[in-house]
Amino acid sequence: MRVTQGTFSFLPDLTDDQIAAQIRYALEHGWAMSVEHTDDPHPRSPYWDMWGTPLFDLPVEQTDVVLREVRACREAHPGEYIKLIAYDSSKGRQTTALSFIVHRPAHEPGFRLDRTESHDRVQRYALHPYAADAPHGSRYRQNGTAA
Amino acid sequence: MNPTSAVIAQKRDRWASGVTPYAEMGYFNADYEPKDTDILAAFRITPQPGVDAIEAAAAVAGESSTATWTVVWTDRLTAHETYQAKAYDVSPVPGREGEYIAKIAYDLDLFEEGSIANLTSSIIGNVFGFKALKALRLEDMRIPPHYVKTFQGPPHGIVMEREYLDKFGRPLLGATVKPKLGLSAKNYGRVVYEALRGGLDFTKDDENINSQPFMRWRDRYLYSIEGVNRAMAQAGEIKGHYMNVTAATMEEMYERAEFAKELGSVIIMMDLTVGYTAMQSMSKWARRNGLILHLHRAGHGTYTRQKNHGVSFRVIAKWCRLLGVDHLHAGTVVGKLEGDPAMIKGYYDTLRLNYVPENLENGIFFDQDWASLPAVMPVASGGIHAGQMHQLLRYLGEDVILQFGGGTIGHPMGIAAGATANRVAVEAMIQARNEGRDYYMEGPDILAKAAKGCPELNAALQVWKDVTFDFQSTDTPDYVVTPTIA
Repeated sequence: MRVTQGTFSFLPDLTDDQIAAQIRYALEHGWAMSVEHTDDPHPRSPYWDMWGTPLFDLPVEQTDVVLREVRACREAHPGEYIKLIAYDSSKGRQTTALSFIVHRPAHEPGFRLDRTESHDRVQRYALHPYAADAPHGSRYRQNGTAA
Repeated sequence: MNPTSAVIAQKRDRWASGVTPYAEMGYFNADYEPKDTDILAAFRITPQPGVDAIEAAAAVAGESSTATWTVVWTDRLTAHETYQAKAYDVSPVPGREGEYIAKIAYDLDLFEEGSIANLTSSIIGNVFGFKALKALRLEDMRIPPHYVKTFQGPPHGIVMEREYLDKFGRPLLGATVKPKLGLSAKNYGRVVYEALRGGLDFTKDDENINSQPFMRWRDRYLYSIEGVNRAMAQAGEIKGHYMNVTAATMEEMYERAEFAKELGSVIIMMDLTVGYTAMQSMSKWARRNGLILHLHRAGHGTYTRQKNHGVSFRVIAKWCRLLGVDHLHAGTVVGKLEGDPAMIKGYYDTLRLNYVPENLENGIFFDQDWASLPAVMPVASGGIHAGQMHQLLRYLGEDVILQFGGGTIGHPMGIAAGATANRVAVEAMIQARNEGRDYYMEGPDILAKAAKGCPELNAALQVWKDVTFDFQSTDTPDYVVTPTIA
């Protein structure tokens, strides 16, 4: 399966040049940029691990500074999901402006849908990432199976 | 300004028994300077032949505030000059013989805090049937921050909704399940599942799907939530189905909403037909229970469409932002339903911006400061398809829900394929826009290129490539000539 979180998950994985073009767009708007990674891609998990603090006040010419952080994060966490976030701090917004996946594990086992029978035909549903069966730090190993 | 001296000149005792012209009773005052706290209204008035425009405007001010048809001495028991509304500006509409815009100021004390029912009972309560007028239209209102702050507005608003759904930087995508009526619950849930697994963020009950003999609400909710959860497991992203809780009584609406909550639905919906009090009750319920609240503007066309009579949709949009909905249908420009581009820009600005400056081209008659009231996500629905993605992005922007009902379910390769086509089209267009391309002019090329790697999009472009709805709009701005786009 393919986790389709983020703005561009239905397109082929973006090349670094394409990522740089998106970074330029964000910097033109004065947005801060940050890199986050996780091995728990549950869609209701809002807190991925931060790769350093957000990069504020970068001029448009410095797209490579952001790209360098993306590459460094990929090297450190090849078996995790990595996303690039542009943050708009302007009044009335103060939230993410753009967020897209820039790296994903070689194999994505996806989610199991757990269901529990309840009363009167109601069912309780829970999404369980298969990878979450392994402890944090040992998921999404190179051979594609969780450790 | 066209004060008829005939009326003004015949000064008589304000308190003499009998019938005194409204203008003379103080309901017209050209020198009045609206206070920052006043609620202002712009009415388009069409007086009957022989009725003076100023007297007609004063009558509207009178009948929408304190007046009755004759002088009453009991006015003297009150600070009547505070409570009477004042028409302070009456101007002819360019190019529209016999029509005038009357601006009327209402003192803040005339209105109950936080009650759209009360506001509307005053402003549109009695005056629209007034015999001295051939037609009357409420074009716009200025709601001062003092009154805005008596409302909490949308239960979540655009920012919270995006964080809740974890979806940023692109329009959200939805589809209304079709056919609107007749599907059994199991078949209905199938459409939900297919559309969501294919790539849409939301599916939606239609306005008239409530609880009919062919499918009762509880069964529909059960099968729909099954579809939602299965699709979420396949995509690893949050999805939802707007469960319509519209019902005959408030008690039944609460019962349905409670069940949607119990099932874990992220969103419910209601129809404008339930009325302002019911909508405001559901808004409070939605905030209390953490469900996004979608509003379908069912019925609005009966009073918003004709330019000389009724209530403009921009006013309805203002009331709905105040009473508090997270989503509101506000037009597509390019689809099958009424929608002049300039007017729709006015509605979208009204729903999304924190400060909307006067702009007659877009039908906005007053500056409107929303005083940080959260924004409403506009919804574009009705006859739109993936091939229009560049136009939709250009006219409607990024904070919008694009709903492709037929444009998903009618796809030749199936419902999921239709959903994929829409999702790929929107992501490709956002990517191109962000890359600095002239996406509006190059739109067809951008879509064609994206379709090379996506047979679903390719099929959508082929089947709907010639579909446009090219009709003249009814409700158009009078202050600038703007051709309706194809």
